[in-house]
Amino acid sequence: MIGHLYGLLVQPFIEFGFMRRALVGCLALALGSGPIGLFLMMRRMSLVGDAMSHAVLPGAAVGFMLAGLSLPAMSLGGFVAGVSVALLAGLATRFTTIREDASFAAFYLVSLSLGVLIVSKSGNNIDLMHLLFGSVLAVDDAALYLVAGVATFTLLALALIYRPLLLESLDPVYLRAIGAYGGIWHMVFLVLVVLNLVSGFQALGTLMAVGLMMVPAIAARLWVNSVGAMLAMSVSVAFVSGLGGLLLSYYFDLPSGPAIILFAGVFYLLSLLLARQGGALPRYWRARHLES
Amino acid sequence: MNVILDNVTVSYQRHPAVHHVCGEFAAGEATAIFGPNGAGKSTLLKTMIGALEPDSGRVLLNGFKRQQIAYLPQQSEIDRSLPVNVLDLVSTGLWQRTGLFGRVGSAGWRAARAALAMVGLEDFAERPISALSSGQFQRVLFARILVQDARLILLDEPFNAVDARTTYDLLELVRAWREQGRTVIAVLHDYEQVRAFFPQTLLLAREVVAWGPTDKVLCEANLRQAVDKAHHWHEHAAVCHVKAEAA
Repeated sequence: MIGHLYGLLVQPFIEFGFMRRALVGCLALALGSGPIGLFLMMRRMSLVGDAMSHAVLPGAAVGFMLAGLSLPAMSLGGFVAGVSVALLAGLATRFTTIREDASFAAFYLVSLSLGVLIVSKSGNNIDLMHLLFGSVLAVDDAALYLVAGVATFTLLALALIYRPLLLESLDPVYLRAIGAYGGIWHMVFLVLVVLNLVSGFQALGTLMAVGLMMVPAIAARLWVNSVGAMLAMSVSVAFVSGLGGLLLSYYFDLPSGPAIILFAGVFYLLSLLLARQGGALPRYWRARHLES
Repeated sequence: MNVILDNVTVSYQRHPAVHHVCGEFAAGEATAIFGPNGAGKSTLLKTMIGALEPDSGRVLLNGFKRQQIAYLPQQSEIDRSLPVNVLDLVSTGLWQRTGLFGRVGSAGWRAARAALAMVGLEDFAERPISALSSGQFQRVLFARILVQDARLILLDEPFNAVDARTTYDLLELVRAWREQGRTVIAVLHDYEQVRAFFPQTLLLAREVVAWGPTDKVLCEANLRQAVDKAHHWHEHAAVCHVKAEAA
C-alpha cells in the first residue's frame, strides 16, 4: 500500500524530466510568491496583485511582437509595463486625491486594453491564451533560471526591507512622523510584486501566477497568528499545491496552471471551515471559557 | 531648544484652517492647545510634524532632531488586524536606535517591558494588539512614546474614549515628562485636565486667540471669542492679502 502510494506520488518525477523541471519551478515560485502574497494581503492589497498581472500584458505583447515567443523579450517587456503602471498609480495616489485601489484599477485597465489591442493586431488567440495561462510543463532551462533568480532576489530583498515594510503596513503615520520614508519601501515592494508575476507567467501565465501568490497566503492567515509562521506556511502551501497540481495534471490530463491553483483553492476552502485561528467551525463550536 | 510658529497658514481648498499663527512653545513645558471643533488644532500638530505643508510661514523646531519627536495622532491608523503583539508594537519605538537591520537586543526588550509596566500593562506583553480595548491600546501607545524617549511629545486628543482612571494615569505620565524637562504639546477638550496638568495654553480658533499661562488664557471673554471665530464660515471668502512676511 505504502509502496503503491509512493509510486503514485514519486514515479512521474523519476520518469520524466519535464515533471522534475516543473516541480523545481514550482518550488522556486512558492519561495518567491508566497511571502510577496502575504505582504500584499497584510497591506490590504490582495487585489492589487491581480491588477498588476493584467498590467503586465501590453509589455509582454510588445516583447512578443518584436521577438516572437522569446522569454527574455517578453519578460523584460512585462516587467517594464508592470513597473510603469505601479509607478504611475503610486504617483497618482501621492499627488492627487485618488485612493490607491482606484488609481491601480484605472491604470491597469488602460494597460490591459492596450495589451489586448497589441495582441489582437499582431498575434493570434493561441498566443494570447499562452500569455494568460502559461504552461509549467513547458518550462525550459532559461525560464527555470529566471524563476530561481527572481525567487533568490525576492527573498534577499524582503529580508532587507522586512522591518520598514511591516512597520509601514502596521502604522504608516508613525513611520512618517519619525522621518523614515515609507514610500520608498512600498515602491521596492511593488517592483518585487511585478518581478514575481513576470517570473511566474512562463510557468503559470499572468493570471495563474497571481493565484499562487494570493491563495496560499490567504489560507495561511486562517491557521497561524504570527508573521513568521504565516511566511513559512504560505510558502509550504504554495509548494504543496504545486506538487499536488502537477500530479493531478499528470494523472488526469489537466492543464497544469489551473490544477495547481485549484489544489490551493481546495485547501483554502477547507481552511475556511476548519482552520484553528479564523475558520468558521472552530469559532462556532466554542470551547468552555477560562477563568477571568 | 524651542518650537516657533512663524506666521503659519495652512489651508484646505484655499480656506485656511490655521491662519497666520505666530508664537513660541515654551521648551521643557507642557502646553495645551484648546479650542472649539474646527479651530485647526489637529491641523497645526500635523503641520508641526511635517505631515502637512503650510501655505506660508514656517515651523521651526530648534534643537530637536526629527528622531526626538513623538506624535500621537487623534485616530491612529494602526492596522490592528495584523498579527502583532503588544510588546512588538511597543518595541517599534526603538526604531530610531535599531534602524533597518539592528537587533532590538536584550536592553531594548527590557526597555519595552519597563515601559509597559509603567502604563500598567506588564501582563499584556504577549497579547495580540487586536485583543485590547481602546483604553488599553492608548496605554500601549503611551508606552511606545516612553520607549522613544522623545524630547518633544505631540498628543492629539489623547484621552478620547478613555476612562477616567486611564486618563488620570496617563496625565501623571505627562506630569513626569514635564518634570524631566521634555516639551509636551497636547490638543485637549477638557478644561479641568488643562488647568491641572498644563501650565501653558494656546487658545486657537484658526487664529491665536490667546497664548500664555493657562489661568490667564482660559478666561470667559477669550473662550467666547474663540467660539465666535471658529463658527463663522464664508464659502466665498475674499482672498487674504496679509503679507506672508508680516508677523
